[in-house]
Amino acid sequence: MFSPKPAGESSSLRSGGRVKRELRMPLPSPTNGHTIDARGITIRFGTFTAVHQVDLTVSPGEVFGLLGPNGSGKTTLIRGLCGLIPFAEGSATVLGRDVTGEAERVRSQIGYMSQKFSLYEDLTAQENMDFYAGIYGLSPSRTRARKEELINLTGLGPYLHRRGGRLSGGWKQRLALVCALLHSPRLIFLDEPTAGIDPVARRDLWNLLFRLSAEGITLVVTTHYMDEAERCARVGYIYLSNMLAVGTPHELKQLPGVTPPGTHWLEIAGADSAAMLERLRDRPEVLQATVFGQSVHALTYADFSAEDLGLSGAQVHATEPSLEDVFVTLSRSQANDNGN
Amino acid sequence: MEPNKTFSWQRTASVARKETLHIIRDPATLFFAFFIPVMELFMLGFAINTNVRNIPTVVLDQLNNQDSERLLRRFETSDDFRIVRQVYSEKDLNQAIVAGKAKVGIWIKPEHSRRLETGATTQVLVLVDGSESTTAGEALNVANALALSESLSRVLKDQPLPVEVRPRILFNPDTRSANFFIPGLMVVMSQMMAIMLSANAIVREKENGTLEQLFMTPVRSAELILGKLAPYLVLTLAEFCTILFFMNTVFQVPINGNVFTLLALTLPFIFAFLGMGLYISTQVSTREAAGQMAMGTMMPSIFLSGYVFPIDSMPTFFWYLAQIFPTTWLIDAARGVILRGAGWAELWMHALVLWTMGVAIIVLSMLKFRKRLG
Repeated sequence: MFSPKPAGESSSLRSGGRVKRELRMPLPSPTNGHTIDARGITIRFGTFTAVHQVDLTVSPGEVFGLLGPNGSGKTTLIRGLCGLIPFAEGSATVLGRDVTGEAERVRSQIGYMSQKFSLYEDLTAQENMDFYAGIYGLSPSRTRARKEELINLTGLGPYLHRRGGRLSGGWKQRLALVCALLHSPRLIFLDEPTAGIDPVARRDLWNLLFRLSAEGITLVVTTHYMDEAERCARVGYIYLSNMLAVGTPHELKQLPGVTPPGTHWLEIAGADSAAMLERLRDRPEVLQATVFGQSVHALTYADFSAEDLGLSGAQVHATEPSLEDVFVTLSRSQANDNGN
Repeated sequence: MEPNKTFSWQRTASVARKETLHIIRDPATLFFAFFIPVMELFMLGFAINTNVRNIPTVVLDQLNNQDSERLLRRFETSDDFRIVRQVYSEKDLNQAIVAGKAKVGIWIKPEHSRRLETGATTQVLVLVDGSESTTAGEALNVANALALSESLSRVLKDQPLPVEVRPRILFNPDTRSANFFIPGLMVVMSQMMAIMLSANAIVREKENGTLEQLFMTPVRSAELILGKLAPYLVLTLAEFCTILFFMNTVFQVPINGNVFTLLALTLPFIFAFLGMGLYISTQVSTREAAGQMAMGTMMPSIFLSGYVFPIDSMPTFFWYLAQIFPTTWLIDAARGVILRGAGWAELWMHALVLWTMGVAIIVLSMLKFRKRLG
């Protein structure tokens, strides 16, 4: 019954020779070391397949980004990994536990931040935290300690007695994050945590998330923002219930499907991007062209120079596809395949 | 940290505490819980009187002598009729009733005395407005009784009547309507509150997405349901007691039996309707829809439970149907305790039925809720 003492705890915390339950180190990860190990996950609702043969592995401490259009199965997959929805096929272990058999256990060790603000608007920030602490079975002393830690981390101190409904977007998300972290989970799912939040608050929230990742907490984040996707260690793209690609942003950009043989990506910077777009699209060698602010990204079979395009003053140079290019290309080709 | 695989009172208490905060912070709930039932109580208690009294009456007295005076005095001294006007033609008599100025018209013809003297039967015409069947029925019965009584006294001269019926009304000697309606009102109000509050409580969380968040936590559905419903149980009981208190003090309805017996019977009743509210919450996803479904269950309860209309006069099928509603049982029990001073010896069957219904409904609704979690 002897468990290794967490560093820094004094022996006065022992009661009768046993370390208090909530101070024990979390159980070790499975032998293969993955936080999430999912194979062939298929989830169906009647005749509709929401998730189709998805494989997913996430390593401890990783920030994993889950992307894909709305309705393609991201939230369903997460719910499945939390043990809320049964798998039609496949299996998954989360933090070393089988999701299907030990769903309750899994849920007590993971955190979840849902898409909509789903804390109680008529309860104060403090009351929300106390509620979740009670739900996760934290003792009063543990609750106090964790709350203090997390309030310091997120800066929610001045807002403790404000009702949930009166917090602005960024602070609501911080409160939701605190409530998801009270029970010290090693893994948290965040479903579009930065939706509808101003850029400064977004950046601050991501800084928080990276600090958590540095402490060894695994994060699975769904997002639509490409810049956030670029910041993730690894990214997976789900399109219409299929996981089209998984890998680091760099790996994804190198995928052959994204850059067919004989083609390359060009960035054309210049004055009138809309006009450039028209000209490029008229060209048969151009497979794709998209406006990116002041420049245009094009996927072409040939090299152009500015003169070829009849645009003086434009600069053309080779570039890597952006993650958005990756996803758009993958989606289009999948759509074409589905069509055929 | 290991989750508790068994039922956790700590989690249940957390949910109950949170729900209590919601109740305190939502003035609409408290308004609904206390103000509306008390208002209904006052309205019903003061306004409604099903005893027919003081029926407005017009008189066409074409005789105007001692005989007609004597007859009309009989009518006047009975509480039932109140003579509002004298008319002087048949046309005016009819007019008064059609116009709604009177519900009864009495016509004493000129040959009234002459016929009495010759020993023939004299006829007094009594016109009754049949629009309100209760009033009409009462008016008819009393008019007939008065005529009979007048006839008998003329025949017997000074001798006493051979057969006399001694009515003695038990339990509600003044036949006060308040005594009859208010216990029923208490039950019906508690039913409405229990079902609406519990349905609302759960659907509200569905609506604003907090239910999904709760599913992600280790809280079990039994803990969630018990924690959420417990404050509403307390609230409904408090409301029940409030009406009981007002009934006793303001409306002077005496409680002849033991209040705690009544409360003990009310408990399973409230469980039953909290359970119904829970069931409704599994079927709908907006609070409006929940309200509509709740109202849908109220209508048959009000009409079939004996609250307004006596069940004994219903066709057999509906009498049996009435037994299915917990409302019927508790209304009878409430009237039993309050008006008749009934105790456990008389009401054990009610207790048995109500507890069975209460537990069954809660358990079934819980199972339905669990299935819906998916």
